[in-house]
Amino acid sequence: MTPFDYVRPASLADAIAAWEPGAAYLGGGTNLVDLMKTGALRPGKLIDLTRLPGLDRIEALANGDTRIGALVRNADLAHDADFARAFPMVAEALLSGASGQLRNAATVGGNLLQRTRCAYFQDPHSPCNRRDPGAGCAARSGDNGGLAILGWSAACIATNPSDFCVALAAMDAVVEVEGPDGARQISFADFHLLPGETPERETALHPGEVIVAIRLPAASAGFRAHSRYLKLRDRTSYAFALVSAAAALRFEGGKIAGARLALGAVAARPWRVAEAEALMIGQTPDRALFDTAADVALNGAAPSGDNGHKIALAHRTAARALALAAEGTPAQMPAFPASVFGGHAHA
Amino acid sequence: MSFSISLTINGTRRDVLLEDARVTLLDLLRERLALPGTKKGCDRGQCGACTVLVDGRRVNSCLSLAVTLDGAEVTTIEGLAQGDRLHPVQAAFIDHDGFQCGYCTPGQIMSAVGLIAEGHAGTDPDRIREGMSGNLCRCAAYHGIAEAVQDATRRMAAEDERASA
Ligand SMILES: Cc1cc2nc3c(=O)[nH]c(=O)nc-3n(C[C@H](O)[C@H](O)[C@H](O)COP(=O)(O)OP(=O)(O)OC[C@H]3O[C@@H](n4cnc5c(N)ncnc54)[C@H](O)[C@@H]3O)c2cc1C
Ligand code: SF4
Ligand code: FES
Ligand code: FES
Repeated sequence: MTPFDYVRPASLADAIAAWEPGAAYLGGGTNLVDLMKTGALRPGKLIDLTRLPGLDRIEALANGDTRIGALVRNADLAHDADFARAFPMVAEALLSGASGQLRNAATVGGNLLQRTRCAYFQDPHSPCNRRDPGAGCAARSGDNGGLAILGWSAACIATNPSDFCVALAAMDAVVEVEGPDGARQISFADFHLLPGETPERETALHPGEVIVAIRLPAASAGFRAHSRYLKLRDRTSYAFALVSAAAALRFEGGKIAGARLALGAVAARPWRVAEAEALMIGQTPDRALFDTAADVALNGAAPSGDNGHKIALAHRTAARALALAAEGTPAQMPAFPASVFGGHAHA
Repeated sequence: MSFSISLTINGTRRDVLLEDARVTLLDLLRERLALPGTKKGCDRGQCGACTVLVDGRRVNSCLSLAVTLDGAEVTTIEGLAQGDRLHPVQAAFIDHDGFQCGYCTPGQIMSAVGLIAEGHAGTDPDRIREGMSGNLCRCAAYHGIAEAVQDATRRMAAEDERASA
């Protein structure tokens, strides 16, 4: 680690005032400290947000929305009984990520801004356009079996690794931010950026902006009875997704009245396709319908390297997540959240 | 820039002067405070060997910057037993052969203490496996570990019941 200054502001205004180019905000540190150790990131100053007052609450707003402070720890959100009842698929996505220890430390704000797990991004000795614009992309001719099949560019083929974000995208979350130019809101669809020619620009945040809270609209809780997160990975737990899917349905008189589908680990942002959702409206749920929705969701998918298998994997994951959602949200959180092994991997 | 912080470690208050902000809690414990029971495996959050309790919650000490923890209470493997009396989780690990080489064991035990306090796994073997997945064991003593955690959960519940009766 290269040396850095450390400040612990007492208010949000002080935190924003402390920001300068090269500074980084610190949440739980589970991603930032790791990347500072490898040398991939070398902030000159850490601004510790963890003691800012008032940002660690989960609130029910007067209009029915749920507001999650940026400092709420991933574990505390997933295990909040009211939250898990209203947004079971978001809780399942959270619990499928990382480990008990990491979820105790990780903040929801930090989760949204965690960096790609592309191995070359993490290694400061490899050329990487995302870390070092114009340097080239080691992944194009390297180990790229897990990288993007949608929305990638010649400059960068990395994926966003977050499980939480896939569920938030499906639930129409809104990100509340505050920075040197005041407060504003960013809809989740606009929050993470595709790489294009500028992979170093990862989110819609302006320099110095702090994530203050995440809001989930009341309408999204209407999917609570039929929503699932499904995650394929190299081992059942404590592994990043190869591909994942967040699926949610709403029924009226046996027909689908609302549908949400977002794919994870396939692109630099959660992947949601409006037409794939729209085609399910008014239909009765069945395998053929979910296959068609998965087809449309993956329209334009193409291998960025040795990863063509991820297209078929994503297709099956999407269709199966929709089928599981149609079956209904389990009464209890599965023992292995988001796993294809369901409640029991060991009979 | 130096920082002075104060931590309560295994019940004892320690004032520490950090000459710079880079020191992790793991390195502070092992290199500066003569508490080498907490182990360093990966140093990157990927193995769980460094697990300790901070304010009662299990975390990876390798990813925690010590300077951020001013005022916190830290419990390490050295602080679990009461004199010669082992903590029920320690005793259960011995009874169920929850280790071979022992390198991952302090982290496993601290993680189990944290998991039991969280209270979401109960004695369900699958939920225990899932809840302990942040602790890798190169010797693959997983079977004994899962049994030990289940047994310790039962023993601690029984003790709690006796205490409140
Ligand atoms: C071994 C391992 C396995 C993991 N597995 C998974 C997994 O399976 N699924 C998954 O989804 N995640 C996984 N993670 C990632 C984990 O979820 C993230 O590291 C965590 O969510 C980041 O949160 P944090 O508070 O620790 O962020 P930090 O590390 O503190 O910060 C991350 C980034 O966000 C910025 N930041 C933090 N808070 C704010 C804020 N409020 N406003 C503005 N900027 C901010 C920081 O400057 C930094 O750039 C894993 C991590 C590890 C180490
Ligand atoms: S894929 Fe993106 S993050 Fe990975 S090396 Fe290439 S430019 Fe960097
Ligand atoms: S040493 Fe901390 S998780 Fe491996
Ligand atoms: S007992 Fe050897 S690593 Fe677990």
